[in-house]
Amino acid sequence: MAGVTIAAVQKWFGGTHVIRGVDIAIDDGEFCVLVGPSGCGKSTLLRMIAGLEEIGEGTIAIGGRVVNDVAPKERDIAMVFQNYALYPHMTVRDNLSFALMLAKQPKQEIAARVARAADILGLKELLDRYPRQLSGGQRQRVAMGRAIVRNPQVFLFDEPLSNLDAKLRVQMRTEIRELHQRLKTTSIYVTHDQIEAMTMADRIVVMRDGLVEQQGAPLELYDTPANTFVAGFIGSPAMNMVPGTVRAGGAVEFEGGVRLPLPADARADEGQRVLFGIRPEHCAPSNEGLPADVVVVEPTGADTQLYCRFGGQDFTAVVRDRTDVAPGERVMLRPDLKRSHLFDASTGRRLAA
Amino acid sequence: MPDPRTAGAADAAAAARIAESAAPAAPHRAEDSQGMRYLESWPRRVVTLYVPLAAFLFVLLFPFYWMGITTFKPNEELLSREGNPFWVQNPTLAHLRKLLFDTSYPEWLWNTMLVAVVATFLSIACSVLAAYAIERLRFQGSRYVGMSIFLAYLVPPSILFIPLAAVIQKLGLFDTRLALILTYPTFLIPFCTWLLMGYFRSIPFELEECALMDGASRWQILTRIVLPLAVPGLISAGIFAFTLSWNEFIYALTFVSSSEVKTVPVGVITELVEGDVYHWGSLMAGALMGSLPVAILYSFFVEYYVSGLTGAVKE
Repeated sequence: MAGVTIAAVQKWFGGTHVIRGVDIAIDDGEFCVLVGPSGCGKSTLLRMIAGLEEIGEGTIAIGGRVVNDVAPKERDIAMVFQNYALYPHMTVRDNLSFALMLAKQPKQEIAARVARAADILGLKELLDRYPRQLSGGQRQRVAMGRAIVRNPQVFLFDEPLSNLDAKLRVQMRTEIRELHQRLKTTSIYVTHDQIEAMTMADRIVVMRDGLVEQQGAPLELYDTPANTFVAGFIGSPAMNMVPGTVRAGGAVEFEGGVRLPLPADARADEGQRVLFGIRPEHCAPSNEGLPADVVVVEPTGADTQLYCRFGGQDFTAVVRDRTDVAPGERVMLRPDLKRSHLFDASTGRRLAA
Repeated sequence: MPDPRTAGAADAAAAARIAESAAPAAPHRAEDSQGMRYLESWPRRVVTLYVPLAAFLFVLLFPFYWMGITTFKPNEELLSREGNPFWVQNPTLAHLRKLLFDTSYPEWLWNTMLVAVVATFLSIACSVLAAYAIERLRFQGSRYVGMSIFLAYLVPPSILFIPLAAVIQKLGLFDTRLALILTYPTFLIPFCTWLLMGYFRSIPFELEECALMDGASRWQILTRIVLPLAVPGLISAGIFAFTLSWNEFIYALTFVSSSEVKTVPVGVITELVEGDVYHWGSLMAGALMGSLPVAILYSFFVEYYVSGLTGAVKE
């Protein structure tokens, strides 16, 4: 096993600068998730680690060895593709043993390793089937099995769950996580789904437009997003951002003259234009706070989501308790100031003390 | 084209059925008016399906029938204006005997077979490498190479045989089977390459990337992953190449002159037509027997042939 170090990596596709200087250090055994909207360069970065794309500038090292000029097969990595990329003309057994066979491993060794992987993933009954005879989840497992048998230094996952239905996705998420706890192999996982990122990662790297916006532990990103992009991307429903102006005495004034104190850890200059960030789950109906007009009420059972309008923009609140608020009513929503965030309106950066 | 009057009536009938199905009284009729069900009525099927099919089959099969009866007709009947021209009164094997024992027909068949098989394998081998390189290695200018290979296909053999004759002469291959084996690929490779490029394109890129990471070399990817998946494409390219080589006429006519190296199409024409004397019986026997191998080959692989032309790898 080994860590992966990505240092000042850049990449151009023709004239397009798709990766604009990325530094990530992934520790040995860590489960790192690259997340971001489509076109942010996360898949390109993964393919550069895999050796399927050339590295434009900078270096990528696996286990301390710079692999810029190392062929994919010599990097000792395994990759799970989005569409699984199982060889359609081979049985599950042949799919699993293909890499070992190419590496000219002895037959017994191959059989033993295939059996072990099949055991781990519950594929024993399926070894003689062809990929077309498998369900989506089973194909997904075979794809992972193919990675496991090789016992590589690093696993790469390229949106492996996006072709599965919602229920299976949740199940496979847990399975992948379990597998990682069992094998402790360094894993790099690309997804555009922030929930996958939050639930699976040891470390999340949020990317946008070929740059790393923020990286850290999932809760670190949730608690202290470095900018409005990360704040809006992590967490569901997305964080509310209300524009306002900082006034004397540590208060923010919103449209319509409503005022709130600054969030606990924030610091801003008087007169500065800011965005006041409040997660939907961190504000509660009260008799003071932001006056909002309820548009839609969505009870999910565990909680209730209130879609409101405040100061000409949408504002979402999640209420834990049962509520009898009806559309058309006005509610006062009081943000939890300890868990509110303040961002500069022009740069989008977090304003912290 | 269906008669407009019946079409109008059918429209009215369909409208009536729709109206009926919409009426709550007959909900079980709803499926009657759906999709192409109307084709299932028997008179309609006869008009739209079986009559055109029968006409088509007649046009296609009549030449074979004509070859067949002519083969077994004695000369007197062939040249007589009496009797039914579409039937044989006194079948004879004389034409077949003449073909098989008085001409080099068995040798021509063997030559045709040999030339067609070798030229086909040669062309497929080259085409696989060319198509894979153009489609997947994406070297600089690969698109232009692909285009120019196809352009080469557009030069008609009836023009190309003149310079090729000079080449064959210079190489000292004139009047040998090798002359044909080496010239047929000039028109086989472009088409096969084009066909296989389309087929290779339908094989998901990820499979190859995955194999690459599994430690396969380019050659292993080609032989272990791409070719097994491209079997339908290979078969259709093979049948195509084989048929073209089998039927080829101009090159065989110009590059070969001795009877023992001729192919069937050329041999039959040059040796069974003497001046203005057509040995119709033997000619037709030769044509019939010459077309059988290709027909048999087709019948074995027809499904692959179709799926090869429509492409797509099913996972």
